[in-house]
Amino acid sequence: MSSEEKRAWILGPVAVVSYATYLLLLLLTDLSYAPVLIGAVLASIVASIVLHIAVTTRGPHEPKDERDREIGRFGDTIGQSFVVLGGVIALILALAQGGYFWIANALYLGFVLSAVFGSVARVCAYRYGLPGRNAW
Amino acid sequence: MKPTRITNSIRDLRQAADGMTQADLARRLGMTRQTVIAIEQGRYSPSLETAFQIARIFRVPLDDVFHYPDPEGEDQ
Repeated sequence: MSSEEKRAWILGPVAVVSYATYLLLLLLTDLSYAPVLIGAVLASIVASIVLHIAVTTRGPHEPKDERDREIGRFGDTIGQSFVVLGGVIALILALAQGGYFWIANALYLGFVLSAVFGSVARVCAYRYGLPGRNAW
Repeated sequence: MKPTRITNSIRDLRQAADGMTQADLARRLGMTRQTVIAIEQGRYSPSLETAFQIARIFRVPLDDVFHYPDPEGEDQ
């Protein structure tokens, strides 16, 4: 497994675990949502960096090649659609004068879904090939 | 996932080249071994530049490495 494929495997689970932790803390404690949300986002960023360093420093280093870059772009395209979706929902909520809580959570859920589906798309592309791939 | 219609003879060419390993070919191309495996298995079509690099490594024309079926179903 190449370094980039290992990285693809990390992103989704980290996002799921951090979001699940956020929801549990929100539902089971009396903490305000804002510091918990910020903590969850920061924790997922730190965990991704630490895990990435941990898996890529073990074993031989392999350079990122053209397939890695194409799969990365494919995963970004899939993932970005959920960021846009979260943004649109947040915009609608803001226009409808929805609460800050729902706007922030719509955006956060968009980020989480972006990471999860981007990760799944990358892993599938590594395992089964890019859809409709025909370079020439 | 529908595989690419491009087929290749890289495995045979490696065997003919004194049993060149996938790792050797990957190193000469500056790619990962996983990418070479994906190309061999038809799960990934490389860029045109990489295709020419592969042909040059085996010292054969591009048509001897990659094949694309014509509309009648015969390999060109």
